[in-house]
Amino acid sequence: MEHHAEPQGHHHVESVRTYLLVFGALLLGTALTVGAAYIDLGVFNDILALVIAITKATLIVLFFMHVRHSDRLTKVMVIIGWLWLIMLILGTMDDILTRGWIFGGR
Amino acid sequence: MSEQTLHHPANLGHHFDTLDQQHSANVLGMWVFLATEVLLFGGLFLAYFVYRTVYHDAFVEGSHHHNIVLGATNTAILIVSSLMMALAVRSAQTNNRRALVLFLALTMVFGLSFLGIKAVEYKEAFDTHQVPGALFQYEGERPELARQVEMFSLLYFAMTGTHAIHMLIGLSIVGFILYRSWRGKYNAAYYTPVELGGLYWHFIDIIWVFLFPLLYLYGRHVAVGG
Amino acid sequence: MATITLPRREHYLNISYGVRSWLLTTDHKRIAILYLITVTIAFALGGLAATLIRLELLTPEANLVSSDDYNKLFTAHGVVMIFFFLIPAIPAVLGNFLVPIMIGARDLAFPRLNLMSWYVFVIAVGLGIYALLTGGVDTGWTFYTPYSTSWANTRVVPVLIAGFIAGFSSIMTAVNFIVTIHKMRAPGMTWFRLPLFIWSMYATSLVIILATPVLGIALMMLLVERVLRVGFFDPALGGDPLLFQHLFWFYSHPAVYIMILPGMAVQSELIANFSRKSIFGYKFVAFASVGIAVFGFLVWGHHMFVSGQSVHAGLMFSILSFLVAIPSAVKVFNWTATLYKGSISLQTPMLYAIGFIGLFTIGGLTGLFLASLATDVHLTDTYFIVAHFHYVMVGATVMAYLGGIHYWWPKMTGRMYPEGPARASALLIFIGFALTFVPQFILGYLGMPRRYHVYVPEFQVLNVMSTAGASVLALGYALPVFYLLASLWTGKSAPANPWGASGLEWETSSPPPTFNFERTPVVVAGPYYFRGPITEQPPAKTTVQEPGGEVH
Repeated sequence: MEHHAEPQGHHHVESVRTYLLVFGALLLGTALTVGAAYIDLGVFNDILALVIAITKATLIVLFFMHVRHSDRLTKVMVIIGWLWLIMLILGTMDDILTRGWIFGGR
Repeated sequence: MSEQTLHHPANLGHHFDTLDQQHSANVLGMWVFLATEVLLFGGLFLAYFVYRTVYHDAFVEGSHHHNIVLGATNTAILIVSSLMMALAVRSAQTNNRRALVLFLALTMVFGLSFLGIKAVEYKEAFDTHQVPGALFQYEGERPELARQVEMFSLLYFAMTGTHAIHMLIGLSIVGFILYRSWRGKYNAAYYTPVELGGLYWHFIDIIWVFLFPLLYLYGRHVAVGG
Repeated sequence: MATITLPRREHYLNISYGVRSWLLTTDHKRIAILYLITVTIAFALGGLAATLIRLELLTPEANLVSSDDYNKLFTAHGVVMIFFFLIPAIPAVLGNFLVPIMIGARDLAFPRLNLMSWYVFVIAVGLGIYALLTGGVDTGWTFYTPYSTSWANTRVVPVLIAGFIAGFSSIMTAVNFIVTIHKMRAPGMTWFRLPLFIWSMYATSLVIILATPVLGIALMMLLVERVLRVGFFDPALGGDPLLFQHLFWFYSHPAVYIMILPGMAVQSELIANFSRKSIFGYKFVAFASVGIAVFGFLVWGHHMFVSGQSVHAGLMFSILSFLVAIPSAVKVFNWTATLYKGSISLQTPMLYAIGFIGLFTIGGLTGLFLASLATDVHLTDTYFIVAHFHYVMVGATVMAYLGGIHYWWPKMTGRMYPEGPARASALLIFIGFALTFVPQFILGYLGMPRRYHVYVPEFQVLNVMSTAGASVLALGYALPVFYLLASLWTGKSAPANPWGASGLEWETSSPPPTFNFERTPVVVAGPYYFRGPITEQPPAKTTVQEPGGEVH
C-alpha cells in the first residue's frame, strides 16, 4: 500500500500575533474577575465569575488547543465532558435544594 | 525534510495508512481522555457546589483565608506557561527546533514556579492551622461554623492537590518532550507528541481558570470578621 | 484448482511462540486471549464466593460461616464479579478481538495502550483479590459511607485502590475503541454499515469514559476520608453521606449499561446471523444503544429512593427511569421481530440468544417495579432486587457472553467446539438460572432482606430451591471450561465461516492472520447481508496460492 504521507504543515498555523492577543485577553479576564469579586453585585457576582471563567476556557480551547480549526467530532468531544458534568451537578442539586420541601429540613 | 520521511515515514505505526490518520487518531484519543479528566475533577466540583450551597457563610469565610495576591499571580503564571506551550507547538509546526526547545523549557520554568508558589501557600495554610483534620483550628468569630470552614479547607486542598498532581504529570510529559525535541525527534511533518503534550498542559490551565474564582474569590465583597 | 492442504498457514496464534511473545504482544487478538484467561479466573473466584453464600443459606441458622465472614463473602462476590468480570468481560475479550476485525482495521488505534490496559487490569485484580483473601472487606461492593470510612475494620483501602486502578484499565480500552471506530474503518465501511456489535461497543465506551472517572474520584475521596480522618461524607464532620451515593451511583448505574450494552451487542449478532435475516429496524437498534447510553446517566437517583434523598428528586429519577425502559424495549421487540419468518437454526449460540431474550425481559420488567417509588419502598434491600439485577447482569450479560464465546470460538481458536455438550450446558444454565432466581423474587416479595446469613424458617423451602438451582448453574458454567479447552486439541478445524454468517470477521481465515486481512478489505454491502460476501472480491483469475510456510 502506498503511504502518501503529507507533512502536517498543512494544519493551520496560528500567527504569533493571535497568540499574543489571546494571551492579553486571558490576563485581562483574570484582572476583571479579581476586580469584580470586590464589588457587591448580588447574585451577579457568581454569574459574572462563571461567565469570565467560561470565556477564558473557551479562548484557550479555541486558540491554544486549535479547536477553532478542528472538525466537528473534536468539538463534540470537547463539549461532552462538560455537559455530563452539568448533568451530574443538576441531578444532585435537585436533591440538595429540595430536601426540605415536604418534611422540613435544614 | 528528506524524501525518505515523505515516502516511508519512520514514525508511522504499522496499523495506520497515513501520518495524517495517525495524527488525527492521536489527537482524538487525547480529547476523549480529557473528557474523562473533566469528570474526574467533576466529582470535586460537585462536592464544592453542594457544600457551598449548604454552607454559604462558611465558604465566604473560608475563601478569605487564602492569599489573593499569590492566587492571582499563580493564575497569571499559568497563563504565561500556556502561552509558552502554544508557541512551542507553533515552533514545531514551523520546523524551528531551537525555538521549540526554548519554549518547552520556559513552559517548565513557569510550571515549576506555579508549584513553588503553591508550596508557599500550603505552608502558610499549615502555619495558620487551615489544613483539615487534626491540625485544623478555627479562629473566626462564629464557632458554630468551624466544621463548615474546615469543609471548605478540605475541598481547597483536595481540588488544588488534584490539580497539583496533574501539574506534576504534565511537567514530566513536557520534560520528556523537551528531551526528545532536543534530540531532534520532531519536525513539521511529525510533531504529534508535542501537540498532545500541549493539549494536556492547556487542560490543566483550564481547570485552574475555574478553581481560582471558586476558591479565592467567592464572596470577597462580603466583609468577614476574625 | 483443487484445494491443496497447505503445510502451514501463518496466523496470529502460530506466528510466534513462547511466554514473551504473549506478554509483550500488541496484537489485539492475543490481548483478548490474555483477558479471556484473566476474567475466567475472576469468574471462578467470584463463583466460589457465591457457592459459599448459597450453601450458608441452605438452612435458616448460621452453620457454615460467621456473620462477619458472610459479610466478607457477599462483598467479595460483588466486587470480583462486577469490577473484575462483568465490566471487562465482553468489551475486553470479545470487543478487543472483534472491533478491529469487524471494521476492517489491522489493529486498535493504540496497540501499546491496549496491552497496558491488560497489565493495569491484572494489577487491580491481583491487589483486589489479595486484599479480599487476606482479611476481606465487609462493606458490600457499594462502600457506603460512613460505615466504610469510620467503622469498617477491614481491608477497605487496598480494595478501593484496586477499584480505582481497574477504572484506568476500562478507560484505556474505551478510548481505544472510540478512536478506532472513528478513525480506522476500512474503505466503504460507513456508519450504517457497521455491525450492531460495533454500535453497542461504541455506546459502551462512551459510558465508560464519562462515568468511570466519577467513581475514581469518589473512591479517592473515600480513601482520603478514611486515612486522614477528614470529612467529605462523614456527617459527624459536617459531610453529607448522600453525596457519596450520588457520586457512586453516577458511575454505578451507568455501569449496569457498561455490563448490559455489550451483551446486547453480542445478542444482535447472534439473532441476525442464526435467523439468516437482516436485523429488523437496524437504525432503531443502533440509536437505541446510544439512547440507553445517554438516558442511563439520568436515572442514578433510583438507587436512593429510601436513602433520605428529597422526594422531588425521587420523583424526577423515577420518571426518567421509566423512560430508559423505552430503548431497551425497542431492542427486545426488534430482536423478536427479526426471528419472525427467519430461517432459524438452534445451534448453541442461538440457544443462549433466545435465553437472553427471555431472561432480559423479566429482568427489565421487574426493574419497573423498582423504578416506581411506592413499590420500591417495599422491595428495597430485599431478595427481589437481588433477583432483579441478577436477571439483568447474569441472565442477560453472562448468557450473551457465553453465546458470544461459542459463536466466535472457531474464529478465535480455529477449532469447532462439540455441539452436544455445548447445547447441554446452555440448557443447564437456563434451567439452573431460573431455579436459582425465581424463588428469590418470591422471597424478596415476601420480605426476606438481602445481606443476612440467617432467616426465618418459613423461607427455607424457597432458599433450598434457590441453592439447588445454583448447583445446576455451577455445573452449567463448569462444563464449557472442559469441552472448550478439550476442543483446542480434539476439535475439528474451523473453516473461515462455519455458520454461514455475515460480517467482515467471517471473510478472513480462522484464526485470522496477525494483521487480520491479507489485504485491506473494501466494504460494498451493509451488515447482515446473506447473499454473498460484503467485501469487494479480487477479480476472478486463477492464481496459485503461495504455500503459507516452509516445508520442513
